[in-house]
Amino acid sequence: MSTASSALSTAPGGTAPPRVTSDLVGARLPKWAVYGSAVIGWAVAVGLKFLLDWTGWYTTFFTGALLFVITLTAWSFSVEGRRRAKDRFASTLIYTSFVCAIVPLVLILSYIAVKGLPLFSPDFFLRSMNGVTSREEGGGIYAALIGTLIIVGIATVIALPIGIFTAIYLVEYGRGKFARTVTFFVDVMTGVPSIVAGLFVYTFLLLGFGMRPFGAAGAIALAILMVPVSVRASEEMLKLVPRDLREASYALGVPKWRTILKVVLPTAMSGLITASLLAVARVAGETAPLILLVGYTARINFNPFSGDMATLPMMVWDQLGKRSGTTSNDFTEARAWGAALTLVLLVLILNVGARLLAKLFQPKAR
Amino acid sequence: MAKRIDVDDVNVYYSDFLAVEGASINIAPLSVTAFIGPSGCGKSTFLRILNRMHEVIPGGRVSGSVKLDGEDLYGTDVDPVNVRRTVGMVFQKANPFPTMSIYDNVIAGYKIAGTRKSKGELDDIVERSLKGANLWEEVKQRLTRPGAGLSGGQQQRLCIARAIAVEPSVLLMDEPCSALDPISTLAIEDLIGELKASYTIVIVTHNMQQAARVSDRTAFFNLAGVGQPGKLVEYDDTTKIFSNPTQKATEDYISGRFG
Repeated sequence: MSTASSALSTAPGGTAPPRVTSDLVGARLPKWAVYGSAVIGWAVAVGLKFLLDWTGWYTTFFTGALLFVITLTAWSFSVEGRRRAKDRFASTLIYTSFVCAIVPLVLILSYIAVKGLPLFSPDFFLRSMNGVTSREEGGGIYAALIGTLIIVGIATVIALPIGIFTAIYLVEYGRGKFARTVTFFVDVMTGVPSIVAGLFVYTFLLLGFGMRPFGAAGAIALAILMVPVSVRASEEMLKLVPRDLREASYALGVPKWRTILKVVLPTAMSGLITASLLAVARVAGETAPLILLVGYTARINFNPFSGDMATLPMMVWDQLGKRSGTTSNDFTEARAWGAALTLVLLVLILNVGARLLAKLFQPKAR
Repeated sequence: MAKRIDVDDVNVYYSDFLAVEGASINIAPLSVTAFIGPSGCGKSTFLRILNRMHEVIPGGRVSGSVKLDGEDLYGTDVDPVNVRRTVGMVFQKANPFPTMSIYDNVIAGYKIAGTRKSKGELDDIVERSLKGANLWEEVKQRLTRPGAGLSGGQQQRLCIARAIAVEPSVLLMDEPCSALDPISTLAIEDLIGELKASYTIVIVTHNMQQAARVSDRTAFFNLAGVGQPGKLVEYDDTTKIFSNPTQKATEDYISGRFG
């Protein structure tokens, strides 16, 4: 800009040059300002580290981030003015929060993948831990994987109908005190810690009837945890169905129950599938109730109504030696990571599956 | 087929709020009646009590009598579902069912209600209804496509086809053209003229030219102020209302002095 104005000042005519400015154009920082500020910030931080003899790199990193924000905001304030400085400050904070949220997630996932992937082989999925001691390689997650699928499956069969029907009641029929009470208790149940749900089933079923731990007991506890999640999510999805559509159906002389069955549910189907699978994913990794109610066994037990069952979270717990109070070693730790990765993948598959199914059932425009 | 409607001294409430007070009206079969009036004057509410759609809104109730060919719509054993079968409705915003094809939208009244019909009968109903709604030529090649893919005006005509597919005696229209462009509006006004041959039609509109164009009789609703109930001020032949109204308020409204 300075070069432009100096060129203009030497223009022929001798009079003061007309200033090429506009009310619509404000002063802006150069495009590299963000990166420049970042470099300056961290350079100063590194300088400080050596100057003040800081030991760790964490302090340096966060000081750098702080200096970067201060530099950019101050620079922007001096050149661009108050409003843009605020904008830069807020944008920087938002991006920083985003990075802070995503970094741990990526670190955890990649760490599990790196540790768990070497274990993956057909054998790992097709063998149980029966007869495999902690001092040898081999064994697999077959029993634990099937156990998790069976227990979560039973929990789903119990919880989803209750959850979806409650949501239908709340959205379509619920008025007044009773509906408010139901909503209140659903909200309270959302916050119930999983071990409390486990303790509840433990007291009533295992202590009450003098039973040994078995798979379905764990499924009941998981169902208790799933119901509120399912109710809440399904309720939101049903509320999204426009009232117009219900009225259109009533106006055709269709009874309410058929309107719900043939108009509301199909329209909300895609959302209900997402809601349900997210509720399933929510409990797939639960461990606490399973410790009390299902126990763990190295043998293959696919009968959810009798005897201990293996599950993925419990297998991780067992392989790390926490169940028996022994120490872990390279073999058992590797198996624990393998089971953990399988669990993560299971939840991932559920989520991706939810999205695909939701897309399939979405109302189309053409 | 088409039936007459006699409303006598009706009050409409939403919970404790009195929305329409002391309205009486006699609507002849095979006629078009327009309801006009400023926003909030209760004309849509009054339209809804003619097929008990106000009951869909929590707290909606009615006192007085509404008779369809002499039969009380609010009698003790009357099923609102059957009332709505006889008195169809088209809404302000076109609302085809998004999960259904054009074909399924037209026969929705049968399909959702679970009435069994043979494929041949349904094909006939679809063709007859879409022709009745002046939409057949535009969509006959793509009956299996989703109804939501049509333009706004086509969607509204699809909704009319859906309403007449169940062969009602009376057709209520709640501002059917307010979201449409002039060409679609004209298409629907022409359609109203044709439908008059088979149905008793009641239409709510904010467009006074439209009321003057399509209706035989016009009812003017007004309200004294915010929070006050709406009242039926004047009901007469459309030509009389628009040329020589009896009430001062009607004249003020149609000449654009308020509202």
